Amino acid sequence: MANQAYQVTVEEDGFVDEVCSVPGGECVNWCVQCGMCAASCPSVSWMDHSPRKMIALIRAERRQDVLASNSMGFCASCYLCTVRCPKGVKVTELMHVLESLAVRHGVTNGRTATPAMHRAFVESVKSDGRIHEFGFMRRFYLKTNPLAALKMIPLGLKMFSHGRLPLRAKKAGGTDQLRAIVKKAEALGGAK
Amino acid sequence: MKRYSYFPGCSLTATAVAYGLSVEAVSEILAIELAELEDWTCCGSTPYSCFDELESVCIAGRNLALAEKTGLDLVTPCSACYSTLKRADSHLKAYPELRSQVSEIFQATGLEYQGKVKVRHLVDVLLNDVRPEEIEDKVVIPFDGLRVAPYYGCQLVRPDSSFDDPEYPQSLTRLITILGAEVTPFPLRSRCCGGTLIISETDVAVSMMRELLESAQSNGAECIVTVCPLCQTNLDVYQGMVNSKFKTSYDLPVLFLTQLMGMAFGIEPGALGLDRNVVSPGKVLAQHVAARA
Repeated sequence: MANQAYQVTVEEDGFVDEVCSVPGGECVNWCVQCGMCAASCPSVSWMDHSPRKMIALIRAERRQDVLASNSMGFCASCYLCTVRCPKGVKVTELMHVLESLAVRHGVTNGRTATPAMHRAFVESVKSDGRIHEFGFMRRFYLKTNPLAALKMIPLGLKMFSHGRLPLRAKKAGGTDQLRAIVKKAEALGGAK
Repeated sequence: MKRYSYFPGCSLTATAVAYGLSVEAVSEILAIELAELEDWTCCGSTPYSCFDELESVCIAGRNLALAEKTGLDLVTPCSACYSTLKRADSHLKAYPELRSQVSEIFQATGLEYQGKVKVRHLVDVLLNDVRPEEIEDKVVIPFDGLRVAPYYGCQLVRPDSSFDDPEYPQSLTRLITILGAEVTPFPLRSRCCGGTLIISETDVAVSMMRELLESAQSNGAECIVTVCPLCQTNLDVYQGMVNSKFKTSYDLPVLFLTQLMGMAFGIEPGALGLDRNVVSPGKVLAQHVAARA
């Protein structure tokens, strides 16, 4: 998949600037394209574009190719690329920045369920202040693939029988303050 | 008595309830006082930072602001919470514009972040604040010959560990050998288990886990010891899925460091949540109990 030819799209100006404007994104300028990140990545073989190529595409102003790729969705946030980069590029951080930009632009990719999982996680935090794992997983499977949820039932039962999957969410003490913070952040330009 | 502000993290009340129980039991014996941070909320973890930068720093920063008021170091046993809270702290220090935005948001909700709290992993505390003799003194039932694969995972030592090497960490070896157990070679000890990809891209994570289990087993380990709730859940709960997908027959118990420590301290298994482990550690541990008798 990593070598698959990508579609050439119309160049759009300003993508490098946009990436650099998000904390952590400025590191795209330091990359020397050595490929250490790609060689270190445990999930690169599932990605449309390796991390190295993602940076090359950003610098070529190929916003759509970058944001519509599945690469961010396969990043496991293991930070091996980050600690090995000879130029100090925070590659994992960059992957997070790119996914958040895809959210902002409403760009989706049908070949990875990770952004939907992230959204379900965020909704769970906003609703209960803490992650309620059962609620979070239910939210995710219902949105993406309810049939897959059926397949997960034996595993869920295993966790439940070992007392590891409380079914009811308990609203954490600080939830109201957390919600007020999120609301204010949204007003200041955070994602909706 | 050493005192810390304590951030258990969401998993320790559910999927990793055994970690929560065993951390509390072991801390008590080692005279480590963990004062739970009042009204703590989710750190946001990686999913939130993939969703929105500003909000994610606010969510984690809220906990930092609360912890600051206690004047104590903020200790968490969860590797994901650890790296997320540290990330928010370093972002707030590195990016003044972000910090002023966050300050504005916090002001409206009665919070203040001054950047004074130190975020630490429990392993750091056990390693650097507690003397090895203090742990050794509490060992009443040493494990003789139990072969353990020490699994560090990612976010304990990356992206920036203050107390161990990011690729060839050693800290767990010291803590495990104090308990009388043997540490086996484990080349993949700081490679990724797949993390939350287990939910969204199950095949990818299961493949990564297979490599880890193979690395541990082929080097003679009888069990794996970890300090991350997500690593434990993946390797323990999903081990059966690895077996059915790859026609393997791994049967490796995956214990939290504090569960192993608690056993050596003579704490009753129920108080360490050993019954919560899906791959039962009973048989492996019993062999070493028998050897001791």
